[in-house]
Amino acid sequence: MTQRKPIATGSDWNFETLEAYERAIAKLAEEYRLETYPNQIEVITSEQMMDAYASVGMPIGYHHWSFGKQFLSVEQAYRRGQMGLAYELVINSDPCIAYLMEENSLMMQVLVIAHACYGHNSFFKGNYLFRAWTDASAIVDYLVFARKYIAQCEERHGVEAVEQLLDACHALQNYGVDRYKRPSSISAEEEARRQEDREAYLQTQVNRLWSTIPLAVSELAREPLHDHENDPLGLHRHGRYPSEPQENLLYFLEKNAPLLEPWQREIVRIVRKLAQYFYPQRQTQVMNEGWATFWHYTLMNRLYDDGQIDEGIMLEFLQSHTSVVSQPGFDNPYFNGINPYALGFAMFSDIKRICQAPTSEDREWFPDIAGSDWLETLHFAMQNFKDESFIQQFLSPTVIRNLKLFSLVDDDRDDSLQIEAIHDDRGYRRIREALSVQYALSAREPNIQVWEADIRGDRSLTLRHVQDRRRPLGQSLFPVMRYLHQLWGFPIKLESMEGGDVVRRYQWPIPEPARESA
Amino acid sequence: MSYFIDRRPNARNKSAVNRQRFLQRYRSHIKRAVEESVNRRSITDMERGERVSIPTKDISEPSFQHGPGGRRTVVNPGNKEFAEGDRLRRPGGGGGGGGSGDGQASGQGEGMDEFVFSLSREEFLDFVFDGLELPHLERKQLRVLEETRPVRAGISKEGVPARINIVRSMREAQARRIGMRGPLKRALREAQEALVAEERKDPVLRNPARIDELKSEIARLEKRIGSIPFLDTYDLRYNHLTHQPMPSNQAVMFCIMDVSGSMTQAHKDIGKRFFLLLYLFLERNYEKVELVFVRHHTVAKEVDEEEFFYSRETGGTIVSSALTLVDEIIEARYAPEQWNLYVAQASDGDNWDDDSSTCLERLDESLMRKLQYFTYVEITPHAHQALWEAYDTVRAAYPERFAMQQIVQAEDIYPVFRELFRQRAQS
Repeated sequence: MTQRKPIATGSDWNFETLEAYERAIAKLAEEYRLETYPNQIEVITSEQMMDAYASVGMPIGYHHWSFGKQFLSVEQAYRRGQMGLAYELVINSDPCIAYLMEENSLMMQVLVIAHACYGHNSFFKGNYLFRAWTDASAIVDYLVFARKYIAQCEERHGVEAVEQLLDACHALQNYGVDRYKRPSSISAEEEARRQEDREAYLQTQVNRLWSTIPLAVSELAREPLHDHENDPLGLHRHGRYPSEPQENLLYFLEKNAPLLEPWQREIVRIVRKLAQYFYPQRQTQVMNEGWATFWHYTLMNRLYDDGQIDEGIMLEFLQSHTSVVSQPGFDNPYFNGINPYALGFAMFSDIKRICQAPTSEDREWFPDIAGSDWLETLHFAMQNFKDESFIQQFLSPTVIRNLKLFSLVDDDRDDSLQIEAIHDDRGYRRIREALSVQYALSAREPNIQVWEADIRGDRSLTLRHVQDRRRPLGQSLFPVMRYLHQLWGFPIKLESMEGGDVVRRYQWPIPEPARESA
Repeated sequence: MSYFIDRRPNARNKSAVNRQRFLQRYRSHIKRAVEESVNRRSITDMERGERVSIPTKDISEPSFQHGPGGRRTVVNPGNKEFAEGDRLRRPGGGGGGGGSGDGQASGQGEGMDEFVFSLSREEFLDFVFDGLELPHLERKQLRVLEETRPVRAGISKEGVPARINIVRSMREAQARRIGMRGPLKRALREAQEALVAEERKDPVLRNPARIDELKSEIARLEKRIGSIPFLDTYDLRYNHLTHQPMPSNQAVMFCIMDVSGSMTQAHKDIGKRFFLLLYLFLERNYEKVELVFVRHHTVAKEVDEEEFFYSRETGGTIVSSALTLVDEIIEARYAPEQWNLYVAQASDGDNWDDDSSTCLERLDESLMRKLQYFTYVEITPHAHQALWEAYDTVRAAYPERFAMQQIVQAEDIYPVFRELFRQRAQS
């Protein structure tokens, strides 16, 4: 072993040592072909960390009580010592902003630099979802624009009016995302420039839609379903509007809600744009954390092997790393679902193992990657998948065995629960399938789309919920429908579909006679 | 490429606005919690924050979610004894335990029933005093000549050296120098040019007298330019201060308590709470609040706080003795033009028969003219006596500045206090 010449020892840090370690890590990262945005590493206090937490890490945000609530709960938990503040927070922006807390020890700071500034950062830059759906260079500018715009609205229209609108939009923000269409990038400058034109333009669009003078039939009717018996004059032969179901509820409301003021449409748009920005993060928890954890582990070990950190720091690191990737069993009092750090780290580590030392089982399961170049394969996995497909593709029998995963079926038609699969030959594929579905956003969130806006009749808006494995909607449905009603301004109807049939209907406001029959 | 930024000196309270928005939104919940805690807590530790809890369902942010029912498959780690096809009993109601296997429970709310957070001391007191207003919070105006405060009032030509405004002085000096040198320099330049022209002439044509004349002119001008002072006394400018009369922002609170035999320690404790509430309240509205404790039985005496609340006396009761003493103290130490005067009196309502009319006289003729506000609480479950009636007359005469209430037990204090100081708009 080479003579150790650590850059620093002990637990105190200063900016010179941090910079030295940062350079050392950067050099190693280059060796591993980790491509990153420039790092902007900010040293902050724990109070500032709580602020950052409350705003989902965004350096600036508009004001809303829900962020205050978030702040209070973080503060309470921190004060009572229930929760250590996460040692890192990193923002998908260019430059990539990462926070170091001043209370952290030297080891922690080095670990965070490796984890956030090279792990997460390279993930943000490399993963296809982030590349396609977010524009790292524009987000901070856009936040500035959003904050300014909303503050202006508060001045002009009152804090309460804006708050109520934001409440309604927040309730729908998970449905403010284009899932299949790549959004155009956002830039604050452009936003500000175009914003006024847009106000005027949007309003004319809406006016056109709702104008009482009928449009040429061809403009709206794609499939003129004509019932000659009951409608000989063809009054109802216009097709449905919208002609295709719309998955992006906020987008639909922004463009079509009849009564919203231009500024209200703009705020709907802001919430929608920010939801869009966070959309990839919600789909890559396991991968993102696993990737960052894998790299902090690898980089720290390299630093140790190269003699740049001493045994004291290394031991402290191992202790911390072990607790990060621990996975309590389902019957453990500390169990709180699957730990994305643990699962992701186990999977990336296992991919490396499969590449370097494949067993016959691995050759059978992963013929393409067994024995291949591990770094190449790891980068490929990081770049081209999201949690759902990553698990589907790479969850190996080894990882299933190590974590002792099992899948359980809870069917309301069955009076007992059933173990569907365990970590054995018969179970691997089924567990992999079930876990992959568990991480699919489409299965986690009810599938609800705009079905029809009755623009010729009572102006009601009909949504359709396609049930997934007979799972109904939860009680929170009614408050959300109330918000929808606030935005749309006319009755909201919701139909739950199962296999093409409507199994349940909801309406808001609840109609008087329906109350009796229901 | 990386760079470090030290953000620690930056503002800390980035979330302050959002926090306030939250408190504003859940005002009614928080107020209820604060009121309960005021009733529960000893008044002496009002000076700290409070933990408030709000039912989670009241502050949830709804979104579309799956409800219970249907078929769901959950993958969990840590299998020990299960084998494929095993059947398990469904854990009863609510599925709180890990056995329910709902790995996403944490993500879907349903976690804790109460949202708990802490109010800071300031926020707590804001809620305690929410909706209350100090009666007649007119600041006492204009102490004659006495309390003034120096205020910057522009620039003057006279002043003491300590207030020299260097920038303005130098600017003046420069302007003066430029102004004074200008004509001299022009004359100098002309003379020099004339001299050069003269000297260039053919020796035959030169006029030696003219040359001498020009030379002496040049010397004279140079001397004059040299003698212009860099800084002259009339360049000096001073920061000008004027004395502005300051509205009085100080208050005295007189606590008057009956300590005769009929007042028990329980009575006194109730009185104490009332005084402390008033004190806290005044403290928030004035920069400086002084306390004067006057206790009385048949004679009144000014005492310190400890003695006021805890020493025992016996004997009869003459309330007017205390009022007289307060009046004397005001005369001697707290001129009404300079101080905002408040009197809070607690008693069980006993008074010596003939004395109540004296009290009425004393208040009506002297005290009420000086006071900002007089509050009287009667701590008794019994019917009112002569003193209450006498005070009632005063209340009729000074409805704006006199308040009285009956208190039976400790829990009443807070509502009574609120009643006494309710915002004027409502009355």
